[in-house]
Amino acid sequence: MSNNELDKTFDLSRLRPYGDTMNDGKVQLSFTLPVKNDEKGAEAATALAKKMGLKDPLVAAQKTLDDEFSFYIIYGALIHTVDYNEIQVAAVEGDVMGMTEVSDYIKQNIRRKVVVIGASTGTDAHTVGIDAIMNMKGFAGHYGLERYEMIEAHNLGAQVTNEEFIQKAQELKADILLVSQTVTQKDVHIQNLTELVELLEAEGLRDKVILVCGGPRITHELAKELGYDAGFGSGKYAEDVASFAVQEMVNRKLV
Amino acid sequence: MKGKLGLNWDLVAKARECAKNVAEDTQKFIDIHSTVAVERTVCRLMGIDDTNEVGVPLANIVVQHMEGHKLLPVGAALTLGAAMISENLTPQQIAGKISEGTLDLSKIAIEDVEKAKRAAHSVAEQTVAKIAENRKTREAYLKRHGDKAGPLIYLIVATGNIYEDVTQAVAAVKQGADVIAVIRTTGQSLLDYVPYGETTEGFGGTYATQANFKLMRAALDKAGDEVGRYVRLCNYCSGLCMPEIAAMGAMERLDVMLNDALYGVLFRDINMKRTFIDQNFSRMINAYAGVIINTGEDNYLTTADAVEQAHTVLASQFLNEQFALKAGLLEEQMGLGHAFEISPDVENGFLMELAQAQMAREIFPKAPLKYMPPTKFMTGDIFMGNVQNALFNAVTIMTGQRIHLLGMLTEAIHTPFMSDRALSVENAKYIFNTMADISGEIEFKEGGIIQSRAKEVLEKAYELLREIEKRKIFDSIEGGIFADIKRKPDGGKGLSGVFLKGDGYYNPFTELMGKGGVSYE
Ligand code: B12
Repeated sequence: MSNNELDKTFDLSRLRPYGDTMNDGKVQLSFTLPVKNDEKGAEAATALAKKMGLKDPLVAAQKTLDDEFSFYIIYGALIHTVDYNEIQVAAVEGDVMGMTEVSDYIKQNIRRKVVVIGASTGTDAHTVGIDAIMNMKGFAGHYGLERYEMIEAHNLGAQVTNEEFIQKAQELKADILLVSQTVTQKDVHIQNLTELVELLEAEGLRDKVILVCGGPRITHELAKELGYDAGFGSGKYAEDVASFAVQEMVNRKLV
Repeated sequence: MKGKLGLNWDLVAKARECAKNVAEDTQKFIDIHSTVAVERTVCRLMGIDDTNEVGVPLANIVVQHMEGHKLLPVGAALTLGAAMISENLTPQQIAGKISEGTLDLSKIAIEDVEKAKRAAHSVAEQTVAKIAENRKTREAYLKRHGDKAGPLIYLIVATGNIYEDVTQAVAAVKQGADVIAVIRTTGQSLLDYVPYGETTEGFGGTYATQANFKLMRAALDKAGDEVGRYVRLCNYCSGLCMPEIAAMGAMERLDVMLNDALYGVLFRDINMKRTFIDQNFSRMINAYAGVIINTGEDNYLTTADAVEQAHTVLASQFLNEQFALKAGLLEEQMGLGHAFEISPDVENGFLMELAQAQMAREIFPKAPLKYMPPTKFMTGDIFMGNVQNALFNAVTIMTGQRIHLLGMLTEAIHTPFMSDRALSVENAKYIFNTMADISGEIEFKEGGIIQSRAKEVLEKAYELLREIEKRKIFDSIEGGIFADIKRKPDGGKGLSGVFLKGDGYYNPFTELMGKGGVSYE
């Protein structure tokens, strides 16, 4: 691309952001620098923006946050492109079925009630996420697992230690374990989720159950990395996790 | 009283009466019990500080020792008083010896009860005097800098590291904060001891410790002097160490404390018996220390719907008012809570928010109401978030809320960045300035949407309070009356720390601070 001539051809193999003209690459960003708010600060912000790959960065606004802290809002044109055709998404496999379909699937393939336990574990006190998945009334018009005919759902609530969680899983002979994590500051959820996998392995239980985690900062990719069978984030509901888990039970011959 | 809502004041009076009966009934239970946390608080207020070599607070060691030897029913103060006389030691020295295993309190007979009480009373008086002194210091600061009229800008810091918190808080003060709240780390409410020293490791918040309080207090006094404002410091006395944290706050001159048993019961699964008893003593301390308490009604709307359950917030405010009066708090110290949590999709939702906020203002005219910003319907769309916060700011200035928690545009993403706070302050200042006198200029249409909404909520709150009056508080909570959450009277955490007061139970602080908000004079 020459300096002023912009190639305006839409090309998915060279995808870049769009402001008001194809391929103009326009982006906005904002950040704080731990230095004084002055011309030098703005220059430093501009230099950083260039290093991020922004052409002609413009400091549209700068503010003082404290004597030695300043805030910048920057616009610029991104020089990078990506090939859209090559993008891969780690997605949960299997079909998503509705509530009655899940029950039918269980009747045909598992032929008994499936036991699910769920909790918000560790020190996490957020229950709205796990309740959305499990409670009768569900969330945003999607009924929760308690309403599923062929599922016996046990919602243990929040602040459940990993040890208690495993003990309950054994007591109830759970097939599917659901863990919710909302607080992620300083990666507290990673520590906690990892500990659960380690404990399950130590007890020789890991292969005998379907283990799923969820929460606003959980992706399927992250879940797999941590040793879970699947992970669900925002915008996922009971039918998503139920469909995955029962099919996975059948695939893994855990019926 | 003529308000803007045409409220039915008879109904308000009746609702208050129901709440009073509920509080009185509960108080009977509270008065005959104490808890390990209350006794640890007594120890702390008698001067027991520090930890043993593995970090267990000496207050815990002493109370465990007393519990083990069945000495607790008379209260920690009496036993300590007796030991002070027979061993000629200070409470701190006594605690040290118990910790070393060189002193066994069960071997000390309380020969002269009155003498033991006097000994305990004399050290208790010293601490109480110090707390009164802190109160005077606060008043002197407020006199020197003057106190702001209108909404107080309340900002949180929550980095997990007290030193980083100080940096963030000082910047927030420069930006315009009037109140700084240090959010506690996850899990602290469930600890049955208070961590010790300055701390740098927390998740979603920072440990509440006395050393951390001290550090932040000093930083805010300094920053406040620079900007010519007294900056109030807020923390949380809730959870299993409710009264201990109240005591630490009183000793370190905190100004505002989250202090609500119902919050602990519903959102942390703390046992209700335990926490109502703890709450009473903690509120007594807060009352005496001149601390404004904040109650947690706003949280109900994070699990229950704000349109359907608005009356539970009002009912709970009535209850909290009565419990607070019982502990000696003045109305001016009651930061009753509520929140802007109606879904942005609801038609005329803003009008309903106005109705609720104005109603709280009129029903609790002297209370420094605590108003929480939108949280539940904040999403990753920070641009929309800024607009939601703007509407929230507008309600505050239109209805005269006092403790105004600024909403963060990144609420759904992370605990606030320094820049998030600055943008929020800018938003609030803009609205508070351009709409400064709007409240005096507006009235609400008779029988219009706003008045009708207030009427409906008040009527439902009264019905609910009548039901609670009949069922009593414990049974009502068990029935899931608040926040759509059910808790059992003997469930949750901390019940084992509750005990019946024995004959001759003694706690010098209930007498010294018992008259609460006015007694220091
Ligand atoms: C409501 C709320 C609370 C309520 C919780 C009430 C309750 N009983 O749950 C209260 C007021 C008690 C609360 C307290 C705290 N909170 Co809070 N809270 C929120 C808030 C406003 C909404 C969360 C929510 O309910 N979302 C709605 C649900 C439905 O969404 P969801 O959880 O993402 O669930 C969906 C999916 O993720 C998925 N899902 C979730 N779990 C699972 C599990 C499985 C198995 C599956 C398949 C799917 C799944 O399905 C759901 C439906 O689609 C957020 C801010 C926000 N707007 O997001 C902050 C927020 C989550 N809280 C936060 C914090 C820090 C806290 C505290 C730690 C603060 C403190 N220091 O005291 C405390 C918690 C203390 C503790 N011990 O945990 C931070 C977390 C920051 C971070 N990233 O770490 C947030 C983001 C606010 C902030 N900006 O600071 N909070």
